[in-house]
Amino acid sequence: MTDWPILSTVTFLPLVGALLILFIKDDNELARRNVRNVALLTTVFTFIVSLWVWINFDASDPGFQMVERSEWIGGSITYHMGVDGISMLFVILTTFLMPLCILASFESVKVRVKDYMIAFLVLETLVIGVFCALDLVLFYIFFEGGLIPMFLIIGVWGGKRRIYASYKFFLYTFLGSVLMLIAIMAMYWNAGTTSIPDLLQHKFPAEMQTWLWLAFFASFAVKMPMWPVHTWLPDAHVEAPTAGSVILAGILLKLGGYGFLRFSLPMFPLASADFAPFVFTLSVVAIIYTSLVALMQEDIKKLIAYSSVAHMGFVTMGIFAANEQGVQGAIFQMLSHGLVSGALFLCVGVVYDRMHTREISAYGGLVNRMPHYAVVMLIFTMANVGLPGTSGFVGEFLTLLGVFQVNSWVAIFATTGVILSAGYALWLYRRVIFGALEKESLRSILDLSGREKLLLYPLVALVIFFGVYPMPVFDVTAASVESLVNSYTAALDAAASGSVAALH
Amino acid sequence: MMPDMLTSSLSIAAPELILSVGAMILLMIGVFMGEKSSQTVTGLSVAVIIIAALWLILITPLGTGFGGSFVLDPFARFMKILVLVGSAAAVVMSVGFAESERFNRFEFPVLVLLSTTGMMMMVSAGDMIALYLGLELQSLAIYVLAAINRDSVRSTEAGLKYFVLGALSSGMLLYGASMVYGFTGHIEFTAIARVAAESGSSLGLVVGIVFVLAGLAFKISAVPFHMWTPDVYEGAPTPITAFLAGAPKVAAMALLTRFTVQGFEPLSDQWQQVIVFISIASMVFGAFAAIGQHNIKRLMAYSSIAHMGYALVGLAPASVEGVRGVILYMTIYLVMTLGTFAVILAMRRRDGMVEEIDDLAGLSQTNPVMAVFLSVMMLSLAGLPPLAGFIAKYFVFMAAVQAGLWPLAIIGVLASVVGLYYYLRLVKVMWFDEPAEAFVPMAIELRAVLWVTGLIVFPLYIFVGGPIFAAAEAAAKTFF
Repeated sequence: MTDWPILSTVTFLPLVGALLILFIKDDNELARRNVRNVALLTTVFTFIVSLWVWINFDASDPGFQMVERSEWIGGSITYHMGVDGISMLFVILTTFLMPLCILASFESVKVRVKDYMIAFLVLETLVIGVFCALDLVLFYIFFEGGLIPMFLIIGVWGGKRRIYASYKFFLYTFLGSVLMLIAIMAMYWNAGTTSIPDLLQHKFPAEMQTWLWLAFFASFAVKMPMWPVHTWLPDAHVEAPTAGSVILAGILLKLGGYGFLRFSLPMFPLASADFAPFVFTLSVVAIIYTSLVALMQEDIKKLIAYSSVAHMGFVTMGIFAANEQGVQGAIFQMLSHGLVSGALFLCVGVVYDRMHTREISAYGGLVNRMPHYAVVMLIFTMANVGLPGTSGFVGEFLTLLGVFQVNSWVAIFATTGVILSAGYALWLYRRVIFGALEKESLRSILDLSGREKLLLYPLVALVIFFGVYPMPVFDVTAASVESLVNSYTAALDAAASGSVAALH
Repeated sequence: MMPDMLTSSLSIAAPELILSVGAMILLMIGVFMGEKSSQTVTGLSVAVIIIAALWLILITPLGTGFGGSFVLDPFARFMKILVLVGSAAAVVMSVGFAESERFNRFEFPVLVLLSTTGMMMMVSAGDMIALYLGLELQSLAIYVLAAINRDSVRSTEAGLKYFVLGALSSGMLLYGASMVYGFTGHIEFTAIARVAAESGSSLGLVVGIVFVLAGLAFKISAVPFHMWTPDVYEGAPTPITAFLAGAPKVAAMALLTRFTVQGFEPLSDQWQQVIVFISIASMVFGAFAAIGQHNIKRLMAYSSIAHMGYALVGLAPASVEGVRGVILYMTIYLVMTLGTFAVILAMRRRDGMVEEIDDLAGLSQTNPVMAVFLSVMMLSLAGLPPLAGFIAKYFVFMAAVQAGLWPLAIIGVLASVVGLYYYLRLVKVMWFDEPAEAFVPMAIELRAVLWVTGLIVFPLYIFVGGPIFAAAEAAAKTFF
């Protein structure tokens, strides 16, 4: 079993499903049902196979595992896959959220079902590829390739301003990434390889690190998104279909954070240390400013989108605190946010499917008609706020703990974000769920259907489970994070002693 | 002694002989059989090109002939195969058009054959005289082709414009060549390189180089010598545009590479600035000027200007990696261009050809196959991974980064973001807009070209990329 290319299987299984769907020719109700079922089965099957990766994963080994490698295009680019403690859980997160996305689209997507499912399956392949790629160019190929299906998903199945939103999404993220491409080439000429494990060992000259760091930052900051380059996110979220928002918030936003962890911190430690205050500043501004902006939103999705930006602020802060608590917390926060924000968008989708509006003012008093929905929404709102006992708390607390050791002012300002997030999230909940059921249109609204329960209950269970017992995650990440932090501090110490030696 | 040299020279030039003899025979057939022969002539001309290509690959030996004027090295062989593929595909794609537009002119395939012969000469040119001969043979045939639809004002205007500007550029090139000869005393590239290495640069030589470069830049339609391109692309009948956009660009780029890298490698710091300038100017101008276009042929003209800029990025460093990048770039560019024109040629409604971008509205619903392939082509032209266009850009930019040409690389990738904007517009029109009236079904030969090129752009290049890469690498090493 050890020789079986398990990661490639997980990566390309969805593509196989997409090919199968391609061959479903007709466009009648039966064919559409087939398409939906094939897509669902493919993603569920991929999830099951990906669990095999988790089972076989040796948590005590900080290096890359299940490595596959073969030469490609004259040896200058290699097909090189593998996972370590940092990337493995993101793979699982992706394969876990995908079936939910497909299921969420069963009834809301009625036109061009076939194209829609193909786009999602292709997207899944590309995103898993990003997390598994161990060659910089391969990483870039997956990283940028994901833009194409997402562009189509927003543009074809989105809301009214979908075309504007899809363009903005595409051009913003592409602009950020092309500079990274130049940096990748420069790294190749400096190190003579694009293999990520080799580059992790390579010491780049200090001055070069600054430029490389900036180029990578341009790409990941846009993806993340960090303030002030976050403006594409609310637009994209608002216009994307429900499942598109789930993927965007749940997975695509994690690519930026993953990039920081995989490249910026370990490969450019000196530059990371230099720029850490800069990142802290941006993170704190993001946390406070976008939380305030979220308070003022009239659109439920936009509100959640801004809250995502704020939560990503905790992630960047934790990563560049560069100690174990900070980095562990950042990873946990990303996973938790993937579940929570994905779930919140699904919740919005539930009422949107019924009322076809996302205006907060169009709702109110839903608790009277939809008790199940109210409970589920409450749990996710609390997780979003970071209530102890939910997964949201663990990540936020650890990142704050991590950053407090580095810079207590940053921690103090960032903590206000926790209060603000309670403000906007609870206010949203009050306006949508509580109050009297006054609106005529809401009198006949139905509670969660069986399919929707199937979607949301697993997420509820996970959010609470990881809030109470986060160890399954930390067990996996601990070894890799420890080695990451150790090599980072070692590099800084070496540079410091080097410069001291130079003084004498 | 003499006959020996002649036979060896002739065997090296055999593919060109096949093409020119074939062209003459087909001309005779056309003349004697009249207009109704165009189908036959078209078919036979494709056969001639295929024979020449097979001969080139299987039989022709590498070497130098005609006292150094004619060179067949791995680089020339690679580029010639590209030229032949481009020409053959262009002729094949004209069949349906000829039928439906009553464009039954047997002259078309014959002129393509002659022009192809010229291109092969250009690729193999070992000295200035061969360079000029090849260039003119190629150009003269294309002038006529551009104006072949003689009842159309636009077509004749295109032909005339191309001719006048082309003659001007030929004049500049000749003047530059005479300067180079005057200051080095040689016309052979290898001899020039030797002299240039020994005696270094002089003002006259630099002026000569600049003039020759200007003439060649005109042929690849690089800024600031691009003015003819949009009008000729739009005015010429579409199969001729498809021809024009492919093979001649490859041949001219090959010639430019040989002239700069083989002839003036020692003076690379002199011509490098020129190449960097026209490269940046082409990328930026091509990207911005294409934004406002509504006609898809005009759009492709500006896009080709930008793409020549990208290919020149690889030429600027004058390194093996750079030349390899240029070769790969031209290969992938040719494939993408042919695929795109296969779609443009299929843009036909019951009442005739259409060529506005808005005519593609909702194509993903009326003709999904065409829409998928055109989207793949557009995104590949934009240089998005995982499509072949990305690989092309990757290798040229990598060479520029290696040489430390930072402004070139950074402006280049930023221009590609602007370029993405207009390529995305086509994708948007096809996928997001409400469907317009459907096109008539694609002709079989267009479908064949589209499937082949489309599958190469994605995903076949992943599998065939290795050998092509190796061949390009070997070809690039010719000069170093």
